[in-house]
Amino acid sequence: MAPRFYRLAETGRKVVNLTLDGQPVAALEGDTLMVALLSAHGHLRRSEFGDGPRAGFCLMGACQDCWVWTEDGERLRSCSTAVSDGLNIRTNPPEVSWSDVL
Amino acid sequence: MVGRALNTLKVVIIGAGPAGVRAAQTLVAAGVRPTVIDEGRRAGGQIYRRQPDNFTRSPETLYGTEASRAQGIHDTFDGLVDQIDYLPETLVWNISDGRVFAVSEKRETTIEYDALIICSGATDRLMPVKGWDMAGVYSLGGSQVALKSQAVSIGQRVIFMGTGPLLYLVASQYLKAGAGVVAVLDTSSFIKRVVAAPKLMSAPDALINGLKFTLALKAAGVPVLTGIRPLEITGDADSGVSGLIFETGAGERHEIKGDAVAMGYHLRPETQLADLTRCEFAFDEKSHLWYPKVDEDGRATTANVYLAGDGARILGARAAEVSGKLTALACLKDAGVSVSDNEIMALRQDMAGWKRFAAGLREAFPWPAEQAAKLPDETVVCRCEAITAGELRRTVNAMGAKEANRAKAFSRVGMGRCQGRYCALAGAEIIAAAAGIPVSEAGRLRGQAPVKPLPICIEDDEAAAAISTVRELTK
Repeated sequence: MAPRFYRLAETGRKVVNLTLDGQPVAALEGDTLMVALLSAHGHLRRSEFGDGPRAGFCLMGACQDCWVWTEDGERLRSCSTAVSDGLNIRTNPPEVSWSDVL
Repeated sequence: MVGRALNTLKVVIIGAGPAGVRAAQTLVAAGVRPTVIDEGRRAGGQIYRRQPDNFTRSPETLYGTEASRAQGIHDTFDGLVDQIDYLPETLVWNISDGRVFAVSEKRETTIEYDALIICSGATDRLMPVKGWDMAGVYSLGGSQVALKSQAVSIGQRVIFMGTGPLLYLVASQYLKAGAGVVAVLDTSSFIKRVVAAPKLMSAPDALINGLKFTLALKAAGVPVLTGIRPLEITGDADSGVSGLIFETGAGERHEIKGDAVAMGYHLRPETQLADLTRCEFAFDEKSHLWYPKVDEDGRATTANVYLAGDGARILGARAAEVSGKLTALACLKDAGVSVSDNEIMALRQDMAGWKRFAAGLREAFPWPAEQAAKLPDETVVCRCEAITAGELRRTVNAMGAKEANRAKAFSRVGMGRCQGRYCALAGAEIIAAAAGIPVSEAGRLRGQAPVKPLPICIEDDEAAAAISTVRELTK
């Protein structure tokens, strides 16, 4: 899927390496996790209520639509989490969600 | 609070945007050491949000005509850091019995206060449209954050839709930064702007800036349409947004293509924290917003609670600076400090000017309440849990829930993880239209703690100490 965000400036920063659902993602130092992921990918997670992929909405910590998960199961609000080297992110929560059982 | 030595007076300020920073500065100047709690990583608030340290764009690039004001706020705050207790990246999730409950990372802290100044700011005000739950739709404020603090565009071909000054500001910022701007579609008709012009003249430079943004967009060949009604954001669930269908003022239907939509209808105040202090609210007929009651200087109806900035009244960033200062002076006065009445009078006068300007904006860019009744039943109202307008209407019609909290309990609209921030105002309009009552009678959703989701495992200070003791013992 095509990326959702496009970089317009500040592209000379140091590269930070992440993993998204097992695939390598090259981010830049100073990126939020949301910007890093959406500069490489079209969405962040799937709605638990069945209306498709989500890619965040407010970017200011109010809507909670940009959640992603670490392999350890920790939930991160990606719009307000800074990237760090070696982060291993998944777009699905490790536990069972409503959409899996309904 | 009266008679307390100033250096023992415990004042907590929530929020480090323009209002919070000016409140802190005023208190420090009087000899108080306030605690400033802010959810942001760096002070400045949303409007003057700072880019990360390793970014190099100039303040002029970031803040345009407001560069010197942004820098003024940043410099003031940086100069205060040693004279305040500053808790960045900290969320206040509850207020109860004279205490503020906050969480940072996974650690909880409780802070007692003698006086509380809440500067909680605003978020975008949204009216749903069919398809707005697809990937690629962002709030206008969020679209601006993407550009300002991260130097990215939300898409390659962005459609700007809604109303309010932010619509033109963000679209022109995107254009200037080299992003693709497909169109600017305003639900307000142009004539309203002409009628509101005398009030907008209260801040002539802001009015002129607004006109310049519009002219720059038109000069670049961007279609700028007024008086439109959005019908549907098109696309498919897997790849997200592909365009927008709208109706012109003349009733013609058009479809435009784009891979992102930035939408918003001016702003709404963040009032959950004020609500938790149990202060009284009143409905403002003109804006269709519920505001906490405040006196001329920002005192809430709850003792020792003060409200400043857009969280108290949507008056904009410059007014927020004035009201931050004014509420801090009110707080000092209530603590028995002698403050200059002339200064208070002058600040009140400034506020009167901003209130007039804000009234002009409200009239020029009205909240399109009438859209709520026309939303197709399949339109998602609650983005958090994908609950539709039809479901909410059934709650009203079949279950008789004509009050917002009751309708929330039945339908879950407003119960999701955003806690009604993005659905409650439109939800109330839908309820009112379905019930045939004025929206004021549908009421407002009560604020509930926690005001935002908390991490599942929070350690408090005692628990952390116990854990470290156990670790020491088992070494």
